[in-house]
Amino acid sequence: MDKYKKNQLYKSGIRYTILILGLFIMIYPIIWLIGASFKTNAEIFSSINFLPNWNTVKEIGFTPYVEGWNTSTEFTFATYFLNTFKIIIPKVIFTVIGSLLTAYGFTRFNFKGKRILMSILIATLFLPSIVTRVPLYIFWRELGMLDTYIPLVIPPLFGGEAFFSYMMIQFMRGVPKDLDEAANIDGCNSFQTLYKIIVPTMIPCIVSCALFQFMWTNNDFLGPLIYISSVSKYPMSIALKMAMDTTAGTFDWNRVIAMSLIGLAPSLILFFSAQKTFIEGATAGSVKG
Amino acid sequence: MKKKNRTGLYYITPWLIGMLLFTVYPFASSLYYSFTDFNLISSPNFIGFDNYITMFQDDLFWTSLNVTFRYVFLTVPLKLVIALSVAFVLNFKLKGINFFRTAYYIPSILGGNVAIAVLWTFLFATDGLFNQFIGIFGFEAIGWFSTEWGAMTTLVILRVWQFGSAMVIFLAALQNIPAELYEAAAIDGASKVKTFLRVTLPMLTPIIFFNFVMQLVQAFQEFNGPFLITGGGPLNSTYLLPMMIYDNAFRYFRMGYASALSWVLFLIILVFTLIIFKTSSSWVHYADEEGSAK
Repeated sequence: MDKYKKNQLYKSGIRYTILILGLFIMIYPIIWLIGASFKTNAEIFSSINFLPNWNTVKEIGFTPYVEGWNTSTEFTFATYFLNTFKIIIPKVIFTVIGSLLTAYGFTRFNFKGKRILMSILIATLFLPSIVTRVPLYIFWRELGMLDTYIPLVIPPLFGGEAFFSYMMIQFMRGVPKDLDEAANIDGCNSFQTLYKIIVPTMIPCIVSCALFQFMWTNNDFLGPLIYISSVSKYPMSIALKMAMDTTAGTFDWNRVIAMSLIGLAPSLILFFSAQKTFIEGATAGSVKG
Repeated sequence: MKKKNRTGLYYITPWLIGMLLFTVYPFASSLYYSFTDFNLISSPNFIGFDNYITMFQDDLFWTSLNVTFRYVFLTVPLKLVIALSVAFVLNFKLKGINFFRTAYYIPSILGGNVAIAVLWTFLFATDGLFNQFIGIFGFEAIGWFSTEWGAMTTLVILRVWQFGSAMVIFLAALQNIPAELYEAAAIDGASKVKTFLRVTLPMLTPIIFFNFVMQLVQAFQEFNGPFLITGGGPLNSTYLLPMMIYDNAFRYFRMGYASALSWVLFLIILVFTLIIFKTSSSWVHYADEEGSAK
């Protein structure tokens, strides 16, 4: 083996060592959480090993999951799981529709004030949403919409999250305009052009918008915390917080851990089934492309 | 195709309405509320600058501000440096790079979930995983949630752990740097360090700029960590401003005071963003034809 090759091998060895060590630090906590859902309280706090004691597993089996699922409230976790999806599904659909229309208007037409409006859109990208939170709460309260999912799902229909509109705009700019013109000649009106010609070419972008909104909505805690007050309407994020609070005493920790894993499951499954789209989507808005 | 007409306006009308209704209106009315005493029961009562005066005399506000700055100045640089370093390592042509890229990205997808807050309370409990781990090397257990610096550290680690989102953006930018530039540097006999400083880093500045602003705006608004994990304690050492705003608005129903606090936070974010924008011309390098921040 020549010296150069040896050197290369040595270098990639170091790189892999760093990467694997980093990977371990990054991912071990999550793996540990899976093991911990099958452990007793004592084991959780005495063993660094992610594998639970086999005897404990034989003894408790899936009890933490079953008992966690039943929760200490009057509802089972199924209610919270369903509620989460009652928010996610409309919100994702509205986000796609709202941002698609906005992007179409901005990238395919000229109108008075377009430049200014476009700069406003970019500015809202950086606007800290915390400033608008109190007035928005008062606004929805006056409309009598508190304790419904309306305040959570309606703003995206009106392009409420600039991030997604911006992402669509960036992507749509890359769709060749010849296609629109051909459709125009064939007698398509502008709306037909949008859904017959542009939407099909935008599928990758639409999918990644939908995926991101799904994840963010599944994670969202502050939104439901402010707007939802009936336990029967709580999504998983709030239900988990309740579980955290009520188990602070002498409860079995493995139930909360099991529930946390169920709460993460939709995001994890989605992520692993579409990881490529995710990572492409994550870079689409910022890097020119 | 690109005629000047109203069609485009029709398509952006929903966004326009949304922008006015859900951004401009609340934005303006929050400024108005900040000059009122408003508890949701009786109508807003105009009190001039009283909320701001109260705030500047409120020790808790100064503590919170101090803690917020500490949090932001610790997390943002750390997160960016780690994201860039890992992206740099991942950019080498190694087998299985996609696997690592995906794995490093996972925490930033899950990080905001309450389940991760649950995980954190276990990781950093006195007899939790982290203390057990350092115990192997003979270190004494650290009271993560009972010491002021410990609690802050857990929140900082939580945010820095989610460096994946910034990393993938850096990685894509690194892969966009034209190979000719590196070839030219190699012909000129530039060392690796020099190539990094003179080619890679300047080419990345637009993305560093973008990530920097984004991370800063987000870090100033962190709520879940302190609310769910440390409860703002101990001794308010993790009582970040967003949590103080939440408490005033939704626990004490002092809407006016909460609005004043959020305006101060907004102005702070604005000043920092403007400073970065103003200074950007001196350190952000745009390649001739690209201009990725157009």
